[in-house]
Amino acid sequence: MTNQVLLDCRNVWKLYGARAETILQENDCPDPEALKAAGVIGAVRAADVQINRGEIFVIMGLSGSGKSTLVRCLSRLVEPTAGSIQFDGIDLLSASDAELIEIRRKKMGMVFQQFALLPHLTVLENVAFPLDVQGVDRKTREARAREVVTLVGLEGRENYYPRELSGGQQQRVGIARSLVVEPELWFLDEPFSALDPLIRREMQDEFLRLQNMLKKTIVFITHDFDEAIRLADRIAVMKDGAIEQIAAPEELVLNPATEYVAEFTRHVSRAKVIRAKTIMSPVTSESFAGEVDCRATVESIADQVEAASGPVRVLNNGEIVGQIDKQAVIDVLVGRK
Amino acid sequence: MRRWITWSTGFWVGLFAVTWLLSSYSFQLYKALDARWIVRFPKAYELPTESRISALLDWLVDSAHFVFFTFRDLTRAIAALIEIPYQFLRNLLIEGFQSGLGAEAVQIAPSLSWIAVIGVAVLIAHFARDLSLGALTGVCFLYLAVFGQWASAMVTMASVLIAVPIGAVGGLLLGIAAYRSPLFEKLLRPFLDLMQTVPVFAYLVPVLILFGFGPVAALVATVIYAMPPMVRVTIVALKAVPEEIKEAGRMVGCTRHQMMWKVLVPSASPALMVGVNQVIMLTLNMVIIASMIGAGGLGFDVLASLRRLDIGGGIEAGLAIVVMAIALDRVSQAFASRGVHEHRSGSYLKRHPWTSTSFAIIVGTLLLGQFIPAVQTYPKDLTITTGPFWTASIEWINVNFFDAFEAIKLVVLQGLLLPVKKFFTGIPWAWGIIATGLFAWKLAGWRMGLMAMLFMAFISASGLWGKTMVTIYLCGVSVFLASLIGIPLGIWAAERPRAGRVILGLMDTLQTLPSFVYLIPVVMLFRVGDFSAMIAVVLYALAPAVRYAAFGLREVPAHLIEAGRMAGCTPRQILFRIKLPLATPHLLLGLNQTIMLALSMLVITALVGTRDLGQEVYIALTKANAGQGIVAGLCVAFIAIIADRVVHAAADGQRRRLGL
Ligand SMILES: Nc1ncnc2c1ncn2[C@@H]1O[C@H](COP(=O)(O)OP(=O)(O)O)[C@@H](O)[C@H]1O
Ligand SMILES: [Mg+2]
Repeated sequence: MTNQVLLDCRNVWKLYGARAETILQENDCPDPEALKAAGVIGAVRAADVQINRGEIFVIMGLSGSGKSTLVRCLSRLVEPTAGSIQFDGIDLLSASDAELIEIRRKKMGMVFQQFALLPHLTVLENVAFPLDVQGVDRKTREARAREVVTLVGLEGRENYYPRELSGGQQQRVGIARSLVVEPELWFLDEPFSALDPLIRREMQDEFLRLQNMLKKTIVFITHDFDEAIRLADRIAVMKDGAIEQIAAPEELVLNPATEYVAEFTRHVSRAKVIRAKTIMSPVTSESFAGEVDCRATVESIADQVEAASGPVRVLNNGEIVGQIDKQAVIDVLVGRK
Repeated sequence: MRRWITWSTGFWVGLFAVTWLLSSYSFQLYKALDARWIVRFPKAYELPTESRISALLDWLVDSAHFVFFTFRDLTRAIAALIEIPYQFLRNLLIEGFQSGLGAEAVQIAPSLSWIAVIGVAVLIAHFARDLSLGALTGVCFLYLAVFGQWASAMVTMASVLIAVPIGAVGGLLLGIAAYRSPLFEKLLRPFLDLMQTVPVFAYLVPVLILFGFGPVAALVATVIYAMPPMVRVTIVALKAVPEEIKEAGRMVGCTRHQMMWKVLVPSASPALMVGVNQVIMLTLNMVIIASMIGAGGLGFDVLASLRRLDIGGGIEAGLAIVVMAIALDRVSQAFASRGVHEHRSGSYLKRHPWTSTSFAIIVGTLLLGQFIPAVQTYPKDLTITTGPFWTASIEWINVNFFDAFEAIKLVVLQGLLLPVKKFFTGIPWAWGIIATGLFAWKLAGWRMGLMAMLFMAFISASGLWGKTMVTIYLCGVSVFLASLIGIPLGIWAAERPRAGRVILGLMDTLQTLPSFVYLIPVVMLFRVGDFSAMIAVVLYALAPAVRYAAFGLREVPAHLIEAGRMAGCTPRQILFRIKLPLATPHLLLGLNQTIMLALSMLVITALVGTRDLGQEVYIALTKANAGQGIVAGLCVAFIAIIADRVVHAAADGQRRRLGL
C-alpha cells in the first residue's frame, strides 16, 4: 500500500531579509526577537505539516500570518530557507527544474485568490492552458477542457473572456483550470476571499460537491474560521509564521492548545463543530426514535433529536456506537460544558 | 523676533546675487585684470574630444577589421537587410514592380491603387475599434490623395512601416533581456538615458558617415531614436504582470520560454501596445527630421519648402504629416485598448472577414485599374492645391498685422529675451561650474552636485560654454513661458470638466504633431531668430505642463478637499491652500517633461537660426563632422540629465515633506 502521507514537510523556514541565509546557520531555531534584531522577517517558522491522502487540510490565520508563504513553500513557488519537503516519496527541495516542471504539470494544481486568469484567453482556452503547455493537441485538450468546464457549471460560457465574467464565475474558471490535469495535490490559496459572502457560501457548497466526486488531497487556505470549520478535516492555525496547533475542527474548539487558538475559537458556535460522536452516551435504551451518523454536527441533528420522542441511536458505518438524548443536544446549544 | 531670512532663502539669494554680479562685471574684470581666461576657456587646455571621435569613426569606416569581415561589410550588410524590404514596400505602395533597369524597365505589376490603400487602412481602423474610427482614417487618407500629397505620403509610409516593426520588436527583445537579467538592465539603463537625451541631430552625423546619405541611413537613425521607449515600456509592463499570474504560469509547469511567450507577453500586451504607439509617433517624428539625411517623403517636402520660403507648399506638406500622425496615433491607440475579440466559426471567408475583404479590394482595384487609370492613381486634374490659399492668407496676415507682430516681438525681445540672454551669457565659465554644482548640491545632494560640476567642466573644456549658455537661456525662458501658460490651463482643465475635455484633447493632438511641424507657422509669421525659436519651443513643450497640472490637481485625495470644505474654505482657498501645494510634486514632474521637450525642440529650431548648441549640431550635420556633432550633442544631453535629476530630486523631496 502507498504511504498514507502525501506531503510531508518538516521544520520548514522561510525568512526574508539581508541576513536570512546566515541567521539559521548561527542558530537552529531563532526566536522572534532574535529575528527582529537581525532585521529578518520570519514569514514561515519551523513549520511541520503532514498532509494525508484524500483529506481537506485547511491552513488558517490572520492576514500576514504566513499562510500564502507556507503554501508556496509546499509547492516550491518560493524556495524555503531551510527544512525538508517530501512529496509522494520525492524530495521536493532537491528536485531539478525539469523534474519540478514535470511534477507541477502532472501532480499539482493551484487556485489563486485573485483568480490569476490569463486575460487574453477565453474560458475554454484558460482551462485548456495547462494541457497546451504540455503540448497536448488542440482537439484533445479542448474536449477535456469542455468536460471540466461542465463540471464547474460554466457550460455555455466557453467563449467568454475572463473580464466578461463575475468574480464567482472567474473563480470557477480558476478551479476548472487547476483540475484539468487531474492533480493529486490541490492547493487553494484563499480561493473565495475575494467574493461576496453569499457567493462565497455557494462556492463552498460547490467545492464540497466537487470534492465528494473527486476525492483529491487538498491544502486549502483561508482567514475565515467559519469557512475552515465547514470544509476542513484538519486545521492548522498559524500566527506570525508559526503553526500554533494542528487538529480537527472539533478538537480545536474543545481543546485549544494555546491562548491564541482559544481566543480564536471562543466565538465559534460549538454546535457547528461538535459531532454526534463526542456527545453520545453508551447505549442504554432498547428503542430509538431515530438514527444519526456519528460524524454529523450537533447543529445538523438538533432539529431531529429535539422532535424525536426518545433518544436517537448513533451509527458508525451502520453499526450502533451510542445514543443521544435531547439534554445532550441542548447542553451544546446553550453552551453548557 | 521672527527670523525672516532662513538659511535656505539666504543660500538662494546669495547664489543669485554673486552670479548676477559676476555676470554683469565679468567683462570689466577681464579688462581690469587683463585675464582673458575669465571670459574664455583657455584654448590650450581644450579637450581634443571632437577630433578623437572623428578619428575613431574614420578608423571604423576605413580600416576596422574583425576576424572575418570589416566594419564596412557589417554596415553594408545591415544596409542591405533594411534596403530590401524598404524597396519592396516602396514598390508596393507607390512605384510598382519593374524588371530591368532604366529605359528598358518593364512594369511587371503596378503598385497598390490609392483606393486599395485607403480601403485597407479603413478596414484596419474599423477592426481596431469601430466604424467611426474607420471613417476618420478614411478621411485622413483621402485628404492625402485629394490634396496631392499621395506620392510623398506613401514614401513616408514605407519608412514608417519598416522602422516601426524593427523598433517595436527590437525594443521588445531588449526589454525581455533586461527583464530576465538585472545585470543587463543595469548596463542598458545609461544607454537608454543617453539615447533619449542626446538630440537626434547629433546621431544623424555618425549614422550618415557609416551608412551614407539615403533612406537607409534615415531608417537606421529612426530606429535608434524610436526604440528606447519601447525597451522601457517592455521592462515596466513585464514587471507589472501580477505576481499571481506568474505563479499560475509556474504552477501549470511552464518552461522559461513558455512563461515568456504564453504568459508574460500576452498578459502585458495592452501595456506593450502603448509602447508600440510611442514607437509609431517617434518614428513619424524622426522620419520627418531624417529627411535631412535622405529619407525623402513628406519631411523632405516641408524642408524644401522652408528653404525656398514657399509658404503654401510647406503648410500643405505639414498638414499632410499632421493628418497622417493623427490617423496612425488613433489607430494604434485603438489597438492598445481593444476589448473583446469575437470568435467566429464557419468557412474561411466567414472566419476572416477583414482579411478577405481587404484581399477583395486589392484584387478588384488591381483589375479595374488596368482599364480605368483613375482607379489606379488618383487623377491629377481632381487634386486640389491649397498652397496658393495659404500663401495668400499668410501674406494677408503679414500685411495687415505686420506692425502688431513686430511690436509684440520687440517687447518680448527687449523686455525678456535680451536681458536674460545677457545674464546667462555673461556668467564666467569658472563661476558657472561652481554655481551649477552648488545648485545641484542644494537640491539633489552632493553626488549630483559633483556630477553637475564635472558635466559643466566638460562643456567648458569643449569650448562650447557660450553656446551652452544660449541654450540654457532659450530653454529657461521657453520653459518659464510654457509653465506660465500651461499650469493655469491645467488648473482650469481640472476644475471645469467640460473645458478640461477640450483642453486635454487639444493637448493630445498637439503632442501627436511631429516637432518639425511647429516651425512652419512660426517662421511664416515671425521669420527667423530667437523669438521664433522660443514660440516654437513653447508650443511644443506646452502639453506636459498642462497635463501634469490637471492630473496633479485631480489626484488630490477627496477627503482632504472635504476636510477643507468643512473647515469653511472658499473654493479659492481650497485651490491655493490645499490642492496646489499637494499637487506640487506633479507640477514638478510636468516641469521636468517640459524641460526635456524644450531641449529636444531647441535643437530643431537651429533650422530657424538660433546660435546655440543646436546650431553647433546642425553645422556638424551639414559638414558631416561627427566629432563636432557628438560633442555638442553630449553637451545637450548633460544639461538634460542635470535638469532631470535635479527636478526629480526636488519632486521627491516635496513628496516626502507632504508625506505622500
Ligand atoms: N517577498 C517578500 N519579501 C518580504 N517579506 C515578505 C515577502 N512575502 C511575504 N512577506 C512577509 O511574510 C509575511 C507573511 O506573508 P503571507 O504569507 O503573504 O501572509 P498571508 O498569506 O497569511 O496573509 C508577511 O509579514 C509579509 O510581509
Ligand atoms: Mg495570502
